[in-house]
Amino acid sequence: MPILFARWHGLCFRVIHQVIHQHAFIRTPSQTLKPSRSLKGMKQKDIAALLDEPACEHNNKAKSGCAKPKPGATAGGCAFDGAQIALLPIADVAHIIHGSIACAGSAWDNRGTRSTGPTLYKLGMTTDLTEQDVIMGRGEKRLFHSIKQAIDSYDPAAVFVYNTCVPALIGDDVDAVCKAAAERFGKPVVSVDAAGFYGTKNLGNRIAGETMVKQVCGGREPDPVPEGIGRPGFKVHDVALVGEYNIAGEMWRVMPLFDELGIRVLCTLSGDARFHEVQTMHRAEVNMMVCSKAMINVARKLEQAFGTPWFEGSFYGVADVSRALRDFARLIGDPDLNTRTEALIAREEARIDAELEPWRERLRGKRVLLYTGGVKSWSVVSALQDLGMSVVATGTRKSTEDDKARIRELMGEEAVMIEDGNPRNLLDLYRQQGADLLVAGGRNQYTALKARIPFLDINQEREFGYAGYDGMLELARQMCLTIESPIWAAVRSAPPWRSAGDGDSAGAPVAQSPTAKTGASAVASQVETEVAHG
Amino acid sequence: MADSIPTLATRIADPTPMIGPYGTGKSQDAVRVQDQLLKDGPTIIKRNKALSVGPLKASSTLGATLAFLGMRRSIPMLHGSQGCTAFGKIFFIQHFREPMPMQTTAMDQVSTIMGGDESIVEGLATICAKHQPALIGIPTTGLVETQGADVPRAIQMFRDRHPDFAEVAVVPVASPDYSGCLETGFNSAIKAIIDALVPKATAANTRPGRRPRQVNLLTGSALTTGDLEHLKDLLERFRLRPVLLPDLADSLDGHLVESDYSALTIGGTPLDELATLGDAVATLVIGRSMTGAADLLAERTGVPDHRFDHLMGLEAMDRFISTLAEISAEPVPERIERQRSQLQDAMLDAHFSIGQGRFAIAADADLLVAFSQLLAGMGAETVAAVAPVNAPSLAQVSAAQVKIGDLEDLEQLARANGAEVLITNSHGTHTAKRLGIPLLRAGFPQFDHVGGWQRQWIGYQGTRQTLFDLANIMLGLHKGEIAPYRSRLKQWPEGERQGSALDALDASVGKAVVV
Repeated sequence: MPILFARWHGLCFRVIHQVIHQHAFIRTPSQTLKPSRSLKGMKQKDIAALLDEPACEHNNKAKSGCAKPKPGATAGGCAFDGAQIALLPIADVAHIIHGSIACAGSAWDNRGTRSTGPTLYKLGMTTDLTEQDVIMGRGEKRLFHSIKQAIDSYDPAAVFVYNTCVPALIGDDVDAVCKAAAERFGKPVVSVDAAGFYGTKNLGNRIAGETMVKQVCGGREPDPVPEGIGRPGFKVHDVALVGEYNIAGEMWRVMPLFDELGIRVLCTLSGDARFHEVQTMHRAEVNMMVCSKAMINVARKLEQAFGTPWFEGSFYGVADVSRALRDFARLIGDPDLNTRTEALIAREEARIDAELEPWRERLRGKRVLLYTGGVKSWSVVSALQDLGMSVVATGTRKSTEDDKARIRELMGEEAVMIEDGNPRNLLDLYRQQGADLLVAGGRNQYTALKARIPFLDINQEREFGYAGYDGMLELARQMCLTIESPIWAAVRSAPPWRSAGDGDSAGAPVAQSPTAKTGASAVASQVETEVAHG
Repeated sequence: MADSIPTLATRIADPTPMIGPYGTGKSQDAVRVQDQLLKDGPTIIKRNKALSVGPLKASSTLGATLAFLGMRRSIPMLHGSQGCTAFGKIFFIQHFREPMPMQTTAMDQVSTIMGGDESIVEGLATICAKHQPALIGIPTTGLVETQGADVPRAIQMFRDRHPDFAEVAVVPVASPDYSGCLETGFNSAIKAIIDALVPKATAANTRPGRRPRQVNLLTGSALTTGDLEHLKDLLERFRLRPVLLPDLADSLDGHLVESDYSALTIGGTPLDELATLGDAVATLVIGRSMTGAADLLAERTGVPDHRFDHLMGLEAMDRFISTLAEISAEPVPERIERQRSQLQDAMLDAHFSIGQGRFAIAADADLLVAFSQLLAGMGAETVAAVAPVNAPSLAQVSAAQVKIGDLEDLEQLARANGAEVLITNSHGTHTAKRLGIPLLRAGFPQFDHVGGWQRQWIGYQGTRQTLFDLANIMLGLHKGEIAPYRSRLKQWPEGERQGSALDALDASVGKAVVV
């Protein structure tokens, strides 16, 4: 896979270099920041290095997660998208998107991530490049002034500048502008070079993580622990969470548990984070990769550089929350913490078990089709099973072999795994399996609704927090809301004035596709074929 | 029923199964009880206090007046003291933002004691001489009904004395404000108009279906002028000729006319149409409050009727459209099928936010039935339902119980049952403010908004917009929002470190776990 990718990129970059050299030739001599006009920023080898992620199991197998996107059959965001969503939750930073309007204009303030204080991250900022800027090469100057304006108007803790396709193509030296601006204005200005065409959203996540590790982590030492908390026999331990975005504020359901255990979260990358917290991330005793391999490079590089052990876990479902707390205690290796953790888990599990009981009554036996990525493909399975529901199939498009093993463990050897979650497949499978609910990401919401089937949004655009023990109550409530809604008969009904005999079923539920013959196995084999041909 | 169903008192005393941070933590038992309640109809809790606080009721006198305002070249002359008319006029002016042709018999001490017949005769003659109306309606007020006025006799006196005004129709209606509400007065007036002006089929030689494209519409007071316009459009799409009784969409829709002033209504049902009602192919009755008028019209003319409690929601509209298709023998236009599927789509989009919503509604019976059924169909619950007076149609309300009462009752019920959104008239603004919940304005009066009179609630489209508005209101509540947790251990920047909130949390950090 990396070879394929590298070859594609090699070609791509040769073309780009030509374009840029020609372009540089006609540029006006108004450049003041930097004389050379070669392509700056991410080099081909940097990208290849990022894609070569030894800690990721996809690295060794042909997997779609990091594969080259296929024109005409690609869903998901670009590298810029990935970089931006990974870092945008850092709340006190001015996030400037350097590019023409579509990059910021289509993406600002559309995520459910929450902050305890600053709202600066909610404010879209972009250089909004014009045609004149592009032709006359005024992008860098505009960027420099933009950084100044952001600092003057909003006094951010730092400025992050996200590069995008157009400035990357015309050769704006974003790194140099950031450096110059940092010196001139005395504020950290971080260049995040993840233009869209560099690759997929996943690559963007990694670029973002890499940037934080290289440019921000280690910038300062952690604050002292507030007085009166650490004491003999009770030591406060520092940890960090990577790949946690505080969607709908769901981490606020988990943080009290950490507080109670005396575990200080130095930094979350990046939900409800502050710039000065990211600077101290290197001092964590343990890092947790939360529910996503997207920033696995951060955990790995922090381990390489500082020897910090890390584990992968999730805060979805009772079992997973407990497991995550245990993993922290285990890796920290403080016997006192171990004891207290076990006691807390016992107490919380007993409490939530009782509180979930009425919901189990309503949800028991309901069949769920789950389609989500990576770790969630199994972590949510256990959460749903815990509610007495039966998960009839789960998505494994972004899952590793390890993930799949866990799925088999939970769902049995016969577990139906969905490799290709295109809407047609999902709907066919839903009907074949007689499911009652589709649980998937927001982009499948309207697939479900158009097919008139109950739906629950599990991804990051959602408005409800499901993390932590109490998150399960919200999850149960939301599932009941849609499953038990009385609308289903009405929205599936055909107009009464159409007699059964006239053969037109415009109002009726979508008929099963004739192409889906054997469901998941057909889907799976189809994918196998594709991979083999690829 | 009394045994198995929680009374209002017990529900207020023990609201726990209904409320809480996770909303409908209803047990299956609670769900069953509720289903049973809905099947049996709600418990009607009658008025049980002396003082009405925050009255919900608009008088039946006003209802009767409104009906006359939907007749062409008409003017209602309220038989009562002049204040009855003045207040009513303001009420309608603020709601419709239109000048209101309304007159009064201006009862004074003498006529109140000695009899008001002369006032009626004089009033009628004055209006006839000054404005040449086609119709004068005489809604009575509490004053003259208490006095024992015999309006028909007074009208006979007027006829005897003023044969030159014989062309002017005069319709009296008993509408004392101590009985009923706007909705019932409206029905009474329409019934009186039918009684006075629609001839018997035998006498007038009318025959149902002689005008095969004409459909009569008896439209209740819950319908806005926008609703009525939509009804006309719908019928016309089926190549039917709608005759509305009354036609408020023609008189009070808020349009400009060439003449700068009119003492009479500037539109409405023309009187000569009333003679044709008996030739229509069908009558459509919208609102159970119109039962009295509908029964009389059917009896008079023999025209078959189709009755609808309301036209909000998919089910109600499906029945209505099917009826139109049947009456007209026309296929359902594609445009309407599209609107139907748009509504279905809107139901899907909106059910996430409206579902499990808790609504408080105060309105006249027809509107209360419509909203409660629409909400129930979306998975929401009407946790507080208040109607100003009892009505048979309240049995159709989709709620555990209906309180006959006022906005104070509404407020108490809404608070006790954890209502999240209020639906009532403009007087509900203060209720909503005190409850701290949003208000959707519906019904009479809407004096602090422009355009409430013409908002379309019915039909596939109107329902769709209603659902979107309700869903947006619910989204604005940010249900499920998790309160920020300010960890004592977080590395707070200097400016954010201080604050009692943080200090208060000290206690929770590192608290000993009891093993």
